[in-house]
Amino acid sequence: MIEIRIHGRGGQGNVAAAELLSVAAFKDGKFAQAFPSFGAERIGAPVQAFVRIDDKKIRTREDVRTPDYLIIQDSSLIETVPVLEGLKPDGLIMVNSDRPPEELSIKTTAAIETIPATEIALEIIGRPIPNAVMIGAFCSITGLVRLDAVQEAIMDKFPGRIGENNVAALKRAHEIMQKR
Amino acid sequence: MLKQIEGSYGVAEVVAMCRPNVISAYPITPQTHIVEDLSLIVGQRKLDAEFVNVESEFSAASVVLGASAAGARAYTATSSQGLLLMSEVVYCIAGMRLPIVMTCANRAISAPLSIWNDQQDSMALRDAGWIQLHAEDNQEAADLHIQAFKIAEQTFLPVMVCMDGFILTHAYEPVDIPEQKEVDDFLPSFKPKHIVDPNYPRGIGLFADPRFYLETRYILHRAMEKSEETIKEVSADFAKTFGRDSGGFIKTYKLEEANLVIISMGSVVGTIKDLIDQLEEEGKKVGLLQICSYRPFPRQEIYHALKDKMNIVVLEKSISLGRGGILASDVRWSFPRAEKKDRNISSFIAGLGGRNIPLDDLRYMVEKVEKEPVEIEFLGLKKELIADKDL
Amino acid sequence: MSDKAEDLNRVEKKDLFASGHRACGGCGQALAARLVQDASGENTIACVATGCLEVFSAPYPDPSWRVPFLHSLFENAAAVASGVEAAYKALNKGPVNIIAQGGDGSTADIGFQSISGMFERGHNVLYVCYDNEAYMNTGVQRSSFTPFGARTSTTPMGNTTRKKNMPLIAADHGIPYVATATVDDFRDLQRKVKTALSIEGPKYIHILAPCPLGWGHHGELTVEICRLAKDTGLFPIYEIIDSKVTNARKIPVKVPVEEYLKPQGRFKHLFKKGVPTEEVAEIQKIANQNIERFNL
Repeated sequence: MIEIRIHGRGGQGNVAAAELLSVAAFKDGKFAQAFPSFGAERIGAPVQAFVRIDDKKIRTREDVRTPDYLIIQDSSLIETVPVLEGLKPDGLIMVNSDRPPEELSIKTTAAIETIPATEIALEIIGRPIPNAVMIGAFCSITGLVRLDAVQEAIMDKFPGRIGENNVAALKRAHEIMQKR
Repeated sequence: MLKQIEGSYGVAEVVAMCRPNVISAYPITPQTHIVEDLSLIVGQRKLDAEFVNVESEFSAASVVLGASAAGARAYTATSSQGLLLMSEVVYCIAGMRLPIVMTCANRAISAPLSIWNDQQDSMALRDAGWIQLHAEDNQEAADLHIQAFKIAEQTFLPVMVCMDGFILTHAYEPVDIPEQKEVDDFLPSFKPKHIVDPNYPRGIGLFADPRFYLETRYILHRAMEKSEETIKEVSADFAKTFGRDSGGFIKTYKLEEANLVIISMGSVVGTIKDLIDQLEEEGKKVGLLQICSYRPFPRQEIYHALKDKMNIVVLEKSISLGRGGILASDVRWSFPRAEKKDRNISSFIAGLGGRNIPLDDLRYMVEKVEKEPVEIEFLGLKKELIADKDL
Repeated sequence: MSDKAEDLNRVEKKDLFASGHRACGGCGQALAARLVQDASGENTIACVATGCLEVFSAPYPDPSWRVPFLHSLFENAAAVASGVEAAYKALNKGPVNIIAQGGDGSTADIGFQSISGMFERGHNVLYVCYDNEAYMNTGVQRSSFTPFGARTSTTPMGNTTRKKNMPLIAADHGIPYVATATVDDFRDLQRKVKTALSIEGPKYIHILAPCPLGWGHHGELTVEICRLAKDTGLFPIYEIIDSKVTNARKIPVKVPVEEYLKPQGRFKHLFKKGVPTEEVAEIQKIANQNIERFNL
């Protein structure tokens, strides 16, 4: 079973990111469970969302405590929230940042990748919602879910122009990571 | 069709397929998505029903009471404070034998305010004369609603389908949503027994003086007991029609060989099953008895399933303050006094106010009761938050 | 200006409702709550209903309240405040400013019974309603304050009922002071709070508090949205003193309702490719009725 924890601020589409990943995994024939850290958080407050992916039915309902992957949608959280807690030593962190991994103040044995998701989102979608970019980058690096599956999931949830723009952002992220 | 969807959405979809005529609910976290999804389904005319946006849960329950008494198939949903606010009406509905179905998205009770999951809310109304069914996962949550309408309309007892708030309502997982035709075949149209109708004038909700009241409670109690048969039949029919097991009285997991049995209900059984499998690899034999129908209480089932089991631990997300575990009390009562002597029945209170129940804590619980019985323990209690004098 | 007039018109900033709470950026209610508490001063007891305000400002262990704060349920703020007032009377304590506070639901829906009782019995309590026109805390579901045509999560096709007129209902209980206000005019809002607190008996202040998330506009537009609400006539500003409407804010240049509706996502469906639907004409009628009734 793979566990992913997504960190972000309210309004960045953290819960949607978790949902989309779970729907994409489902389309890939896997079992998936996605849920937010439930709270009274509002726009701008730190939030978390979780995804589990497995080849067999997922029965557990505990919080995700030892994630294999972290997706950090807002790098300012690194200083203020214990984002690294429980991360597996050989895990991977995907950070929304225009700086290279070495410049982020993250002390870990896990691998770190960065991508300027907010900038790309602003350019392609016109709104600073980084989730599609982050998922695209994440899928590219990990191969955990097929990009096509995510694309379908996005179009199911956001039909029309919004979906198309998000898919474009998804693909751009994928291209960028593939080139590295 | 199998879909990866949010639990609330699954419930809304199947409830709509059960063709309720009147839906009335008041938003309360974490039930909100169910109600919003239903209002969209009605707004888009995918369901022909009256959706009454009321000003409080008390009114929501009152609206469905009136609707049901007028012959409509009626549905509502609530949680926590909302359920308590409508408690007067909940008792009324049972006393009036109205076959209303309600979703309770289980949530803790104020004060202090908590929007997070536990089962104190539905527990607070366990004596009201409603059938209470607990869902293990979102598939069962959806399935139980279809069964609920059928059970209610055969027994003329209202049914509360309990699903853990947030943990199930807000989780995305695979749910097989049936076809409308399958639901129509399974659930015939509502044939009310007693309604307000100028063609046949009758009074519903008269007052009963001491000459009559006692018997009404006897009849209701017996009806609850007899509903066991219907609950089991409907679950069996459901399995035949839809091809999967859900609902019923109890379920067991790896019980036959178990030295220790965990009893619980709701979503935590998923985590318990994972633990049981892990312990099995370590050579330990632990089993699960999962309660689906909490009311009527499966006393006989529990006794017969666990007659030869000497070590039992009850894990519940509820408490009777000043007494102890509620489910634990119910389980302890399931064994004749003479047979209780050598049997350990431990009580653990967990998950209150949405406190996470990690598998490691459950492992600790198992290790503890393997050594000695526990009268009552709050799993994961943070002693550092409690002043000495309060311990 | 006399001392009293100076006092009434002074904008107070005492930080009795501290920053660092968890409201969304641009939240009208957070701004209003701060203005209300500061206008009232330290000698205040806040009886707050469940809702956005309570949830974003009062989590254990760090609430934003620097005045005594009492929260019970969603529907009983006015009754709880009545109890506090009765205790102060019985124990010969005080004087103190008791301010019951809540949003749509706790004022006009689930809490309607409580507030009506408080008014009718004549308790010396100020009730402040933060009107953001839906149940925002639980996810933008409609309330009886949701205006005609607005989309909410339980009126996905647009609300078909008219906004309940709570200020007039309050006044019809025969209470000595009622006022409406908006969060963009600090001085006016605080003056009304101070005026209310200087009067004995039940008082009611109804504050329009835009919710950027629920209304679908950028946080920076909160102030502008308030101005448009006033200048279209959709939210009339007035006081009712001893049952007489007074100090109604006249509208210098009447603004067509479209200008108010267009910037808000909750009204987006009322414009098909920029062309207003017939609901917009209906909304304009409502505005015109207000203008006529209050002589704006």
